[in-house]
Amino acid sequence: MTPTARSTPASGAPLDGLAALARTAAHPPGVAPCGCADDGLVGVLADREDGTVVRHGALVVKAHAPDTDPEAHRARLALAARPDVADVLLSPRPLPPAAPEALGGRPVTLWPYGPPVDPGDPDAAPWEEAARLLALLHRTPLPPGTGLPPMRAPLKAALAVDRMRRSAPHHPATATVLAAWGTIPAELTAPGNTPHLLCHGDFHLGQLVRLVSPAPAPEGPPSWRLIDVDDLGLGDPAWDLARPAAWFAAGILPPEVWSRFLGAYQEAGGPAVGSDPWVRLDVPARALTVQTAALALAKSTAEGRRLDEVEEVMIDTCARIAGHRTG
Amino acid sequence: MQCPKCHAAMHTYNRNGVQIEQCSGCRGIFLDYGELEALTRLESQWVQQAPPAPPAPGAYPAQPAPAAPAWGAPHHGGHHGGHYRQRGFGRMLFSS
Repeated sequence: MTPTARSTPASGAPLDGLAALARTAAHPPGVAPCGCADDGLVGVLADREDGTVVRHGALVVKAHAPDTDPEAHRARLALAARPDVADVLLSPRPLPPAAPEALGGRPVTLWPYGPPVDPGDPDAAPWEEAARLLALLHRTPLPPGTGLPPMRAPLKAALAVDRMRRSAPHHPATATVLAAWGTIPAELTAPGNTPHLLCHGDFHLGQLVRLVSPAPAPEGPPSWRLIDVDDLGLGDPAWDLARPAAWFAAGILPPEVWSRFLGAYQEAGGPAVGSDPWVRLDVPARALTVQTAALALAKSTAEGRRLDEVEEVMIDTCARIAGHRTG
Repeated sequence: MQCPKCHAAMHTYNRNGVQIEQCSGCRGIFLDYGELEALTRLESQWVQQAPPAPPAPGAYPAQPAPAAPAWGAPHHGGHHGGHYRQRGFGRMLFSS
């Protein structure tokens, strides 16, 4: 999902409209009231201004951010619907006839429901499969004329820093994060100056779901797919590895897990890194460290709480990037 | 047959079908034509058949620590992610 200054619970999110749309999409018109709710198959999976997701049975409806660029959104959605990425990205479903394409000024899309990675069991996370999916995504040949915009990962790092400047200007650690941000050459985060491969733009473990319908063959490939095309586009694929890289460099992702992830990516022919992975990962991983720390300062300040231990580790990592720490 | 180096007597041995002469004095070995190639062939067959050595019981498989940037946390390699199972990191793994 998109971070930025808008990830507080959305007031006035079109939940009722989304729920109705999901119900209409899941069941043919005229069918008697369904038992989905009684079976626990109806609910709000996410409710933020940058993404509200409502499930009904085998489908989910998503309302995207109000400031979504319509043209970029159409190009991203069209890409996700292409058959040659169906093994990598979750494919959108067509909206029911006569359904609105936007609710409350937010574009609406329809998707199959898939169970996510269990956040309570990080050991069971499909690290290798995630890496393989990213490698396949990055290797997708693109004909000219897709109209795809740049992927948004570098922009999101900059937006997180802006949000920290606005909402936590007096936090003692803010200067540390800004100093770390200052080590990143602006031209390296600017779109246009990097390889132009297909990138996800916001990869983390919440961006994976398992396909449930149609059921995959038992002997077939694992059924994970990448979701959330809101930041997808052309750019340097190293940014898609940068978040796990930052977690590893900060010392919070065990080295063996990082090795599994990176090794699977390289084995699948992923083009983001060469034989010395940190040549390409260094700048994006620094940027993701800064982004994570900046959002931690913005959120903890807004919530009036102290940084938790893991957030402190990210500030410490910013201090090592900058060469010193404040606060 | 006498050793060309120390002139002691050489004895003939048969090892896996390869005939070799070894000096009883300096332990030097004399190979006839083709015997070196026969030994090399046997060696490569042995290497292909040999199963990998099992790891020592209870030991971690020997894996080099992955490369890390200069600004990375100290203690990489021996460190096994003490924060990995904390709630804060769980949240971080799953959010933008």
